[in-house]
Order: sequence, then structure tokens, then C-alpha cells
Amino acid sequence: MSGLFPLGWQHYLAGGVVMGAGMGLLFLATGLIGGMSTVFTSTWSFLSKAAHFHEERFVSSREWRLVYAAGLVLGALAWLVTMGEPFQTQVPAWQLALGGFVAGFGARLSNGCTAGHGICGMASLQLPSILAVGTFLATAMITARLVVGLS
Amino acid sequence: MSARGFAFVLASGALFGFGLALSTMVKPEVVLSFLLWHDMGLLLVLGGAVVVTFAAYQLAPRLLHKPWAGAVFGKHPSSMTPRTIAGAALFGVGWGLSGVCPGPAIAGLGVGNWPLLAALAGMLAGAYVQGRYFGK
Repeated sequence: MSGLFPLGWQHYLAGGVVMGAGMGLLFLATGLIGGMSTVFTSTWSFLSKAAHFHEERFVSSREWRLVYAAGLVLGALAWLVTMGEPFQTQVPAWQLALGGFVAGFGARLSNGCTAGHGICGMASLQLPSILAVGTFLATAMITARLVVGLS
Repeated sequence: MSARGFAFVLASGALFGFGLALSTMVKPEVVLSFLLWHDMGLLLVLGGAVVVTFAAYQLAPRLLHKPWAGAVFGKHPSSMTPRTIAGAALFGVGWGLSGVCPGPAIAGLGVGNWPLLAALAGMLAGAYVQGRYFGK
């Protein structure tokens, strides 16, 4: 096990289960599907007049998606206060900004990310989501390897 | 949505964010270590989350007529189109370059991971360009 999980495995499984509990609670309580990338589109409807941002699915969900995002920050803060240490990444800012841009564009083109396709879509046994996950895992692994090889 | 509905949304998001922090997915280094096959932990995170979410998606409509604070149980609207796959391929390139995806970009702020603001700004810009120039 230490070969596959050099940092231990319990916190990974426990964290995943807690994330699933969040998705499950959201569904039980509201019937909503808790992907994370849509908030990056729906929030623009407050600021931009472009037609795409004013589609019904974005305007009708923009408030709860922002509340959901605020919950993410509060939950991570609760972990920090109760059992965690502050952490700042050493990944260079240009990689974060450029990678964020491409990931944001791609997730919105695909209508899903690691949460929407990876968790909600796979938990719904949706074939397009399963294919999307296989695709982004492959391109992410190739890209990460290229970045290491070139630097 | 009712105030009670929003309270549930906030609590659900908090659980999700707590899980992202506990599983260290808010550390891009851990995600990149998975993508380079040094640490398979991300598979446990994804697997644990999918199994629990699957159970909720299956059980809720059987146990309840409707959600506690909602009208209907929704469905994930994924469609088999070239956009779904091309977008996923691009998403992976960005994810592999940064080690950051949308959930951790937001939750990371809760653990004081301020450098992730660069990724968050990038994602907002990417989603803008997508919606403004490539939206259907």
C-alpha cells in the first residue's frame, strides 16, 4: 500500500466520503446536482449582457451556486480551524493562471469538471460523463508529464 | 429557493469543502503527484465520493416523494456531443498544467492557499471567453 499511497490512504478515502455526503445532502435536501464549474459561467450573468450567460439554466441557478461556493470556503476553513495547517502552493503563478484559464474554458465547453462529470455524472452512470473523465484524465496525465519533462 | 433551501445548500457546500481540504485536494502538488503516478490517492477520493453520491442519487427518489426543501429531484444533464469530449480534453490540459480544478480553486481559499487566486481568476476568464465567444 505504501507504494501506491506514500502519504497514507485513510485521509483520501475519508475526504472522498465527506465530499459524497455533501453531494448527497444537496440532492436529498434540494434535488440539485452539485457540479462546481457552472458557477464560473452563471456568475457572469450578474455582470455581462452576453446572451449565453442569460440562459435560463444559469440565471435560475446563479444564487444557489454562489451560496454553494461560499459553503466550500467555509467548510475548508472549518477543516483548517479544527484539524489542519494553512497551506500555500509552490506551483508557479503562470501555471496556475494559464492552467486555470484553459481548465475553465474546457470545463464550460464540456459542461462539467472533476465534480460535475467526475462525481455527479459518474454517480448518475452517464456515459458522456464517463467518457469525459477518461478523456481529461488522459490529457491531464500527458500534460503533467510534459511540464515535468520540459522544466 | 426558500431560506431553508439556501441553508441546506450552504451546509452541503461546507461538507464538500471540508472533504476537499481533508483529502488534500486543495494542494495542487498532491493532484500533480497523482497525475504523474507517484500517489494514487485521488482515485480513493473520487471513488469514495462517487459511491456515496451514487447511493444518494439511487435512494433519495425511492425514499422521498420530493426533496426536503425542493420541488423535484434533478438529473445531471450530460450530453454526448463533440463539445463534451473536446472540452474535457482541454480541461485536462489546464488541470495537468496547474493541478487545480474548480472545486479546489474555491475551497483552497479556506485553507489560506492564496496563490490559488491566480487559478480562480484564470477560470473566471476562461469561462467568460467560452460563454461570450463560444456559447451556443
